[in-house]
Amino acid sequence: MNIFDILGPVMVGPSSSHTAGAVRIGLVTKKLLGSVPARAMITLSGSFSATGAGHGTDRALVAGLLGMRPDNICIPESFDHAAKAGMEFSFAHEAIRGAHPNTALLEVWDKNGRTVAVQASSLGGGRIMVNKLDGVEINVTAERPALIVHNVDQPGHVAEVTSMLAHKSINIATLNLYRDKRGGYAVMVIETDQNIPASSLDWLKRVEGIIKVTCLNLGEEG
Amino acid sequence: MAFHSMEEILDYCRIGNKKFYEAVLEDDMEERKVSREESMKEMYVMWDAMLLASTSYDGSARSASHLVGGQGLAMEEYRRGGNTLCGDYLNQVISQALEMGESNACMRRIVAAPTAGACGVLPAVLIPFFRSGQAGHRQIVKSLYVAAGIGQVIASRAFIAGAAGGCQAEIGAASSMAAGALTALKGGANEQIGHAAAMAMKALLGLVCDPVAGLVEVPCVKRNVIGAVNAMTSADMALAGIGSAIPADQVFDAMREVGEKMHPSLRETGEGGLAATKEGIRITRSLVR
Ligand code: SF4
Repeated sequence: MNIFDILGPVMVGPSSSHTAGAVRIGLVTKKLLGSVPARAMITLSGSFSATGAGHGTDRALVAGLLGMRPDNICIPESFDHAAKAGMEFSFAHEAIRGAHPNTALLEVWDKNGRTVAVQASSLGGGRIMVNKLDGVEINVTAERPALIVHNVDQPGHVAEVTSMLAHKSINIATLNLYRDKRGGYAVMVIETDQNIPASSLDWLKRVEGIIKVTCLNLGEEG
Repeated sequence: MAFHSMEEILDYCRIGNKKFYEAVLEDDMEERKVSREESMKEMYVMWDAMLLASTSYDGSARSASHLVGGQGLAMEEYRRGGNTLCGDYLNQVISQALEMGESNACMRRIVAAPTAGACGVLPAVLIPFFRSGQAGHRQIVKSLYVAAGIGQVIASRAFIAGAAGGCQAEIGAASSMAAGALTALKGGANEQIGHAAAMAMKALLGLVCDPVAGLVEVPCVKRNVIGAVNAMTSADMALAGIGSAIPADQVFDAMREVGEKMHPSLRETGEGGLAATKEGIRITRSLVR
């Protein structure tokens, strides 16, 4: 722990896990979608559901979806800001099986119909973990950039993606492969040391057999 | 490499003939690969945010549950009346602690130190010290390094979360950090900083985390007051030359042991202590959707 984990963060209260962590979950979801969503369906589970209202968890999640950071003083009024931004949202309360006590599932759509479903939990001290993306377990901490590629389950794609990263001098920190039984496709989750440039993402999206490219770069929140 | 014991910090200071804050600052430069200026600028941002939070206190704000709000304002009016038991200065400390705790509960911007629940303790002792002209910005920022260093040792030997070790790990840790910071501000020796931190933690050892309805409101806001006042008395004792019979590191180890033995209902679950009182349960029920 560095000294600014002890003194800090500067944040809107009242709780680092239920408020600051919830803002981060919203923010990560917005980044994974690539823009402020036009529509969001948010499911609160466990203690997020039980004590979320008193901690402003609902407003914090919406604030994050709008691109606010945990120290933004507009967080308490995020519902009004969402209305102004034309973002529709709704909340449901449901126990998500096997999930960490502070968990939310955010299903979001942009205005072009692109959609992602993000299940994430707040681990305490404002730190979060993205547990699932579109139903596939990915367990990404969001403290490093990450690239998530859905592709047809056939050989060659891992080599294509990793050589593209090598070509751009992007270091791979972790690489995991999953198979989504329902979709019949494979999912690559790559955490990197550097942000992934937009041009590489565009290139990847055009590669045959690649279904969906989702990226989480650091430091772009606005 | 972050420090894991007060002994390590004191040794580092002894060998290099340094002040307590320099040890923590130099360690941060090493750990995060930043310059002295970069590190101090970042610490200044924390201090600035504390000041801003204090000046933007709104006595009319109420928390989501309406349990909290306006107490800091009431205390401030009482202090201005001039007829208090604790005297003007200590009453400023009390008001400041209440205000910051309330601001947190009312979704305003604060600095977690070390947690959001305990965010009032450090500003409560530092802001009146600063406003009364006893220290400038630079000295306060240096004292924040002392606080952070102590917090780091506590985090490494024990914990700084109510869910892990009860309120002793939040208000207790904040109080210990604040006691060290105050001792440094008053020109105390490095060893005295250690004694102050130890004495402050000893006084709050065993404090449980029992928030009503699981919200960071009751008893959290008012516990910031005891954390701040306890820091003042501990620092004064240390400055008077009174030592802690048990060294700080061993006190923190004891805090860990006590926290581990603490029943889960007393670790932020909102199921024991004040939360489980008749009134606590009534409040909880009244808040259910
Ligand atoms: S009672 Fe619990 S939640 Fe409240 S300040 Fe203490 S440790 Fe934090």
